[in-house]
Amino acid sequence: MKNNEQVGKMFHMLLILLLFVMAVWLGYVVLHLRASPPGLNALVGTSLDTSGVSNPVTAVLLNFRGYDTLLEMGVLLLALLGVLSLGSASDSRETPPGLVLDFLSRLLVPVLILVSGYLLWAGAHAPGGAFQAGAVLGAAAVLLLLSGWHLGEQFSGLLLRAVLILGIGVFILAGIVLIIFSGNFLEYPQSLAGAMILMIETAAMLSIGVTLAALFQGIAPTGGQDK
Amino acid sequence: MNHMMLYALVGVGLFTIGLYALIVHAQLLRKILAINVMGSGVFLILVTLATRHQELLPDPVPHAMVITGIVVAASATALALALMLSLRAATGQDTLIEPSE
Amino acid sequence: METVIQLSLVFDVLLGLGLLWFAWRSLSCPDLFKAIVLFISFGLLMALTWVRLNAPDIALAEAAIGAGLTGALLLAAWVRLESFDALNRHDGHSEDTETHEK
Repeated sequence: MKNNEQVGKMFHMLLILLLFVMAVWLGYVVLHLRASPPGLNALVGTSLDTSGVSNPVTAVLLNFRGYDTLLEMGVLLLALLGVLSLGSASDSRETPPGLVLDFLSRLLVPVLILVSGYLLWAGAHAPGGAFQAGAVLGAAAVLLLLSGWHLGEQFSGLLLRAVLILGIGVFILAGIVLIIFSGNFLEYPQSLAGAMILMIETAAMLSIGVTLAALFQGIAPTGGQDK
Repeated sequence: MNHMMLYALVGVGLFTIGLYALIVHAQLLRKILAINVMGSGVFLILVTLATRHQELLPDPVPHAMVITGIVVAASATALALALMLSLRAATGQDTLIEPSE
Repeated sequence: METVIQLSLVFDVLLGLGLLWFAWRSLSCPDLFKAIVLFISFGLLMALTWVRLNAPDIALAEAAIGAGLTGALLLAAWVRLESFDALNRHDGHSEDTETHEK
């Protein structure tokens, strides 16, 4: 038994030593990378006018690397399918929310919805965009779920599924339709670029918000908890 | 050398701390926390390397990649938590180590 | 001008050390609830770091998704783990597998 413990301690020391060497090596590599690499900065700067928005991060996310964003929404949907297929808790204690949660949720949820709408619109020229707005919307939905709100029966069937696939669906449809106009998947014509980005971002925001809230509901114990 | 490069070292440190905790802890929830910390370290390195150009604005492509990475990390965390809870409900175990050892 | 540069260096050093400290404490805390709360605070410090690195979009995303949603998911999972434990204690079972805490 004692021999086992000593071997364990030795392995632990070896692990710490190896990790220390790895950290020093990584630090050296990161600090001594080439001083001014080409980067994609200049390329984005010159092409920003043709992208339809003036925020470079939004331009990269929704226009220049739009395909990555499409796949990312697919990843979100896939994670949600995985969580839902694993089943949820059978805990059905229903306790009314505490005073603070009740008051704050009534106060915060309308503000959060407004903020998400603003972030979506401002994403074109200032920090913001579909992901940030969708995350705030998801936070509002999580707050509602925590205070014991349940989605009505008529909403939690086809309509919920439609909203979940709205984001990636609109993205793919737009890409396919654009093949007719420009000959390439997801190549926006310059006059329509801004409008298309806004449309795709709106669909993505709704989809991301509902997906994040559904992810939370798949993990949380059902019923309102007042902790 | 820009003093912002110290954030790259912080990123390397976070990655190492996360890797150590991932290997050492047996509880699955702690492993999930460790993976998230490792991810944050990698994102720090990416974004620090994007700020190397003094005269221009930061390179937006790594920014977009990190935003994508944050969303993907959150959804992977959700799936990992669901798997952990399923394991706990099915076998009563907190770790992946067989209890007979 | 010199003092501004010195102050920003001090701020960056403090922020970097704070990130490492919070990450270490979160991953080495024996109490799981405290570890999750420390992780959420670590996420908020990361949001500050993104602002410092001229990445406000990432700061918004990290605060909302990284700290907010991931924190909520972790706490929800912790509550369900605790309810499993409570069930086990109620049924009179012995403690589950021992963990190799270091």
